[in-house]
Amino acid sequence: MDLNKLVQESDAQWRIDPFGKMRVPAIIYGTSDLMRDMDDKVYQQITNVATLPGIEKAAYAMPDAHWGYGFPIGGVAAFDPQHGGVVSAGGVGFDISCGVRTLTTGLTADDIQPVAKELAETLFRTVPAGLGSRGHIHLNHAEMDAMLIGGALWAVERGYGTRQDLERTEEFGSMKGAKPVAVSDRAKNRQQDEMGTLGSGNHYLEVQRVTEIYNGSIAAAFGIQTNDVVLSIHCGSRGLGHQIGTEFLKKMILSPESQHIELPDRELACAPIESLIGEIYLGAMRAGINCALANRQIITHLARQAFAEVLPKAELRLLYDVSHNTCKVEEHRVNGGGMKRLFVHRKGATRAFGPGHPDLPSAFQLTGQPVLIGGTMGTASYILSGTSESEARSFSSSCHGAGRQMSRHQAKKQWHGRAVVDQLRRQGILVLSPSMRGVAEEAPAAYKDVCVVVDAAHRAGLSCKVAKLEPMVCVKG
Amino acid sequence: MNPDAPETGIVSTRWEHFSHQSDIGVRGVGATKEEAFEQGAIALTAVITDVNTLEPKSLVQVSCDAPDDELLFVDWLNAIVYEMATRKMLFCHFNVHIDHGRLQGNLWGQQVEIAKHEPATEVKGATYTELQVRRDRDGAWIAQCVVDV
Repeated sequence: MDLNKLVQESDAQWRIDPFGKMRVPAIIYGTSDLMRDMDDKVYQQITNVATLPGIEKAAYAMPDAHWGYGFPIGGVAAFDPQHGGVVSAGGVGFDISCGVRTLTTGLTADDIQPVAKELAETLFRTVPAGLGSRGHIHLNHAEMDAMLIGGALWAVERGYGTRQDLERTEEFGSMKGAKPVAVSDRAKNRQQDEMGTLGSGNHYLEVQRVTEIYNGSIAAAFGIQTNDVVLSIHCGSRGLGHQIGTEFLKKMILSPESQHIELPDRELACAPIESLIGEIYLGAMRAGINCALANRQIITHLARQAFAEVLPKAELRLLYDVSHNTCKVEEHRVNGGGMKRLFVHRKGATRAFGPGHPDLPSAFQLTGQPVLIGGTMGTASYILSGTSESEARSFSSSCHGAGRQMSRHQAKKQWHGRAVVDQLRRQGILVLSPSMRGVAEEAPAAYKDVCVVVDAAHRAGLSCKVAKLEPMVCVKG
Repeated sequence: MNPDAPETGIVSTRWEHFSHQSDIGVRGVGATKEEAFEQGAIALTAVITDVNTLEPKSLVQVSCDAPDDELLFVDWLNAIVYEMATRKMLFCHFNVHIDHGRLQGNLWGQQVEIAKHEPATEVKGATYTELQVRRDRDGAWIAQCVVDV
């Protein structure tokens, strides 16, 4: 990206003043190096987002931003329904409520080492992963609708987890306002065999070792210390969410209520929040969020079974579950005024509420919420915490991952999956996947350096570094 | 001679992928719009697996409609994505008929065999990014878009 087009506000914050049809400025967070490497498409897409009706304050791009569909991935934008604000299916993404949850295990790296291979194989056998895999749970119509209303709460009520898990999940495990009737039969059909499946692409289940603590007091409050072992799960709303995204992108383009919205690009398709199509989408999208929460809850249950088989002393407790593809109604202070009820889109961005936020459980009232950042199968992941400053900086949002720097197309040409697996094994990381080509496309070097992205988020005050995690076992979809 | 008129010539029917930073673009090229759609569908399958490992063992029929060619191409790819996901199948041969914005398509393929096909990634859906259905200067039809994986 040409940095001459931006105004540098601090060492990790850049502003694009409104031009053309932009209603608000665009703010991109990142160090000079990250910004120089960032795709020009991010500039184009975030300035396009800034033209949408009812947008408040600014359109934001996180340090891991890259080229998306309409919205950049790593984009954050909040809309006021009182001022014609819109909801955008592309601003949420196809994988509704894709997210990460991390569980502490009560184990240390020394406990894992002797049984790492057995644990890896047991997890791989227990948690269905990859295209063509089927879940063990098949829902009839009534149960599907109950799942779409209840989310993780539905799963816990059926024995997949504990009440304590719900306390440690955004929305306390159940997104309100979900409307199963707004979800098409095709979307529900697509979910028939997919409950409790990991999916593919960049989705994974990882056993990780805590290798560094940056903030001792918050780490202690989160119950983690160096050499602890944690389990992280990255996946989303599976076929149901994908189908909702697919259908509403088209519906928003064709809806008469959307016709008067002037779009720089039709992939930004959106609808007024206060319109019939907007309302139906929100009901469906919230059902998609519940599907993702239920899915990660079931996978958690399966992972607990796998651990119990290999390491009976393990006690897997949920630290937190965060979603990074959502649109949520939140109260935010805008430009020093009073609190406003806004529809906050986070497309590849993690909510990062700071200390004292009323939506957080008591356990995080002093620390801010855990912000879980996934890396690649060969590099670190991070636990950060929400800060008070991020409210003013980004509607309490932070980055979500490393972000690709190389296309799948290039990655597939450059690496062989088997060689990647062998190389990682030499580094002490066991990778299991049904597809070696999938591994090649997800090779660690195809991604940006997650450490640099996380440092930028920390320096920009979007969230605060707490701990670094390094992979020991990775199940890739 | 009208410089904007397509030249008529022999069109090389083919599919290809093009780069998108986080995902992948699929492109079909053919002498007719239908051929370009068929080739685009092969490009879609090739995102997931080596098309040569597949056999056309069974037929699935789909239909879709849209107010313009570009939306129709996205609908067509999404119809295939849906059939792949719900039937656990992969498709290698396609036949498309388009009449007044309505597409009828035959998909030939087989059940996924994970060990044989080593599916690299699911496709979540076709997007409107880099979406084009157009006729090139040499008369070839091109249908393309980025798919989310």
